[in-house]
Amino acid sequence: MAGSRIKLELSRVVQGESRLGVLKGLGRTGQHCLEVPGCLLYSHLGTVPHLTQDTLHTLKNIPAVTQVTLSSVAEHQEVLQEFKGGFKKFAGLHDTVVYCSLHDPAALCPPGYTTNKTVSVWGSGGRIELTVAKFMAIQKTIQPDWYQSMADGETWQSNTSRKRLRKSVDRTLAHLDECLTIHQNSQDLQGVEVFGVVEGGDILEERARSARETAKRPVAGFCLDGFQTGSMDQTLRTQLIKAIAKELPEDKPRLLQGVGRPDEVLACVEAGVDLFEGFFPFQVTERGCALSFSFDISLDPERAVLELNDDETCRAGEGQPNGEVTDGDQTQMTSFEINLKDKRYHDDFRPLVEGCGCYCCVNHQRAYLHHLLVTNELLAGVLLMIHNTAHYIGFFSTLREALANDKLDLLKRR
Amino acid sequence: MASLAQRKTLCVASPLTLRIVAECPVTKARACDLILPHSAVSTPVFMPVGTQGTLKGITVDQLDGLGCQICLGNTYHLGMRPGPDLIEKANGLHGFMNWKKNLLTDSGGFQMVSLVELSEVNEEGVKFKSPYDGKEILLSPEKSISIQNSLGSDIMMQLDDVVSSTVTGPRVEEAMHRSIRWLDRCIAANKNPDKQNLFAIIQGGLNADLRKACLDEMTQRNVPGFAIGGLSGGEEKDDFWRMVTLSTDHLPREKPRYLMGVGYAVDLVVCVALGCDMFDCVFPTRTARFGSALVPWGSLQVKHKQYAKDFQPIDPDCPCPTCKRHSRAYLHALFKSDTSAMHHITIHNIAYQLTLMRSVRQSIVDGRFPEFIRSFMKQMFPSPDQYPSWAVDALASVNVTLE
Repeated sequence: MAGSRIKLELSRVVQGESRLGVLKGLGRTGQHCLEVPGCLLYSHLGTVPHLTQDTLHTLKNIPAVTQVTLSSVAEHQEVLQEFKGGFKKFAGLHDTVVYCSLHDPAALCPPGYTTNKTVSVWGSGGRIELTVAKFMAIQKTIQPDWYQSMADGETWQSNTSRKRLRKSVDRTLAHLDECLTIHQNSQDLQGVEVFGVVEGGDILEERARSARETAKRPVAGFCLDGFQTGSMDQTLRTQLIKAIAKELPEDKPRLLQGVGRPDEVLACVEAGVDLFEGFFPFQVTERGCALSFSFDISLDPERAVLELNDDETCRAGEGQPNGEVTDGDQTQMTSFEINLKDKRYHDDFRPLVEGCGCYCCVNHQRAYLHHLLVTNELLAGVLLMIHNTAHYIGFFSTLREALANDKLDLLKRR
Repeated sequence: MASLAQRKTLCVASPLTLRIVAECPVTKARACDLILPHSAVSTPVFMPVGTQGTLKGITVDQLDGLGCQICLGNTYHLGMRPGPDLIEKANGLHGFMNWKKNLLTDSGGFQMVSLVELSEVNEEGVKFKSPYDGKEILLSPEKSISIQNSLGSDIMMQLDDVVSSTVTGPRVEEAMHRSIRWLDRCIAANKNPDKQNLFAIIQGGLNADLRKACLDEMTQRNVPGFAIGGLSGGEEKDDFWRMVTLSTDHLPREKPRYLMGVGYAVDLVVCVALGCDMFDCVFPTRTARFGSALVPWGSLQVKHKQYAKDFQPIDPDCPCPTCKRHSRAYLHALFKSDTSAMHHITIHNIAYQLTLMRSVRQSIVDGRFPEFIRSFMKQMFPSPDQYPSWAVDALASVNVTLE
């Protein structure tokens, strides 16, 4: 494969681990770029959930890369084949880079369906089994700008055996080699980039081996799989990611799958991650909540903190979990958000977040959002998705700024 | 001596002005500028329905972008949740939903028919059992107007005694007379006659004599506009159009005529010809959520398999945001993945309705409305023998013959 057009230009590396930079050369014509650490734009079949192009474009600084999942696209293979123009055109996406992942980070996959030669994704009509050949055939109809290679990532349960984890590493490498062979011989995929996938569960040696071996292949970057929120605690995650990072080249990006909570994002950036999937705002929206955490780096260089809104911390009274997320449950509310269904908001005429310039905060109030949620109105999802995405984008922007100005260690939860 | 209601309406300036821009010399159609407190409205006009203070899934900016100048909110629903006090605190329904153009609120009367298991009617008002907490509430003319005053809508509807159009017998006459008495109570109860327009609603079911009696009485009240109610509820179309045309024959020329609950394209075109100016209906927005897209030749069920590989837009001639960017095939696929599929169709259907009315208006202004009707019908039906006979009859009654 010719040298990858994707180039990661690092402007800073903090303490040998956290990286700040720009991912350049994205897209078929190489003209797009994405600042790192950054997040991708999460989508269902190319559409940001709840939003049409008009509502999406009320947002500023939309990430240049849209993530599309095989779980939403695979069942439309025949349609795309007949369409011939590639997924971007099919979805009416004009000015974005499309990255195709295997799974949807917001939808859990039932375990037990991978084999030596296949993995499965779940579409609207049920399970679709993929061999590498079928996987690559679908990629040819999608024509993404970049995709992750097929991987055996069914290792996120904490009591998975070492034998099983070793197998997932081996299978994933085999899938990668097969993908690359087909890729290199395919006209349709010329100019498309491939990311290798690092597996290995919670076993350090397997993680290191997976990273080392994957790095030997001509891939443009690396996906780190099996670290989903709820699969392990952050300490272990950090330890494993650092071990992986040691085996990976400095100048290729690392995309961490399945992690989106702001505190975990922070910790993983410190461990050496560059890119995150942008599904967290969607999850918050689906539970009728609005992101409200402050990520203000105060001008006081000594006491800048990532603090919770004061009046929101007394949510303990409602029996809501405060900060901790129970194992494996990504749907639980976090301390980064407010639950607008709560009665206290019914006459709260403030915007969701003071000073947030998003369409929702400029035009609407908490009381209205509360009403929309109580009456099950569709507009609630639209407005919350706009706000939550804007807030999350703002968080990453501040994260990069903190890295640039050595304030990362101050941008932490109290 | 003039009644309190009559004196009230004589003393204050009306927050509504109707300027008749053109009248069709063949039919009874008019094109008007309806000047309301928040903006002018070009008629004939179709008003989308945003029952609970929102147009399902569409932002106010999107609605504005489609050219909507007036939409509906519902007193019964909003009176229950979030309640008139909260909305008043939020600067009325305009402030609460942040809609800067006009709002029309229905009185809650229709829910008496649509939610009839929950209601009981007497001279006082309608007793409802709230579906949310089982509490009993009495919606009287005074209460309905009070809620609508809090909502601050530009046009308020009287509370009428609504009877299903399929009911016959003495109940219909009782309801007609009661609606007149309730109209007077509504007029007396209106705290904001200088800012909010109270429309009367002509009742009388499908009985010409009752309708005429109602018209005679209600047109004596000095209200800024009249609605034709009690129709569009499942009655025979042959009866429907006759009641509509009877009503417009006896309504004052210089006041707007609002035909409630009408929204199918054919019905709109015919009823404009019969002299109606304003219409509302949940149909276009509701059917959108089921994947049904409205087009000049009928409708398209986007969720059906036949569109899975159809790469044209819903309507190649439609300039709406949905048709400019997306194909039937993509929308078909999107229905399996995300709720935004519904929003795309909703936007298209609203655009279709508003565009239709704009074209109707322009043809009246240009003096070619009968030709417009003919070509509209040709597009909508595969052949003349498929034209609905009621529509043919109704149009013939206003001098339009279809081939």
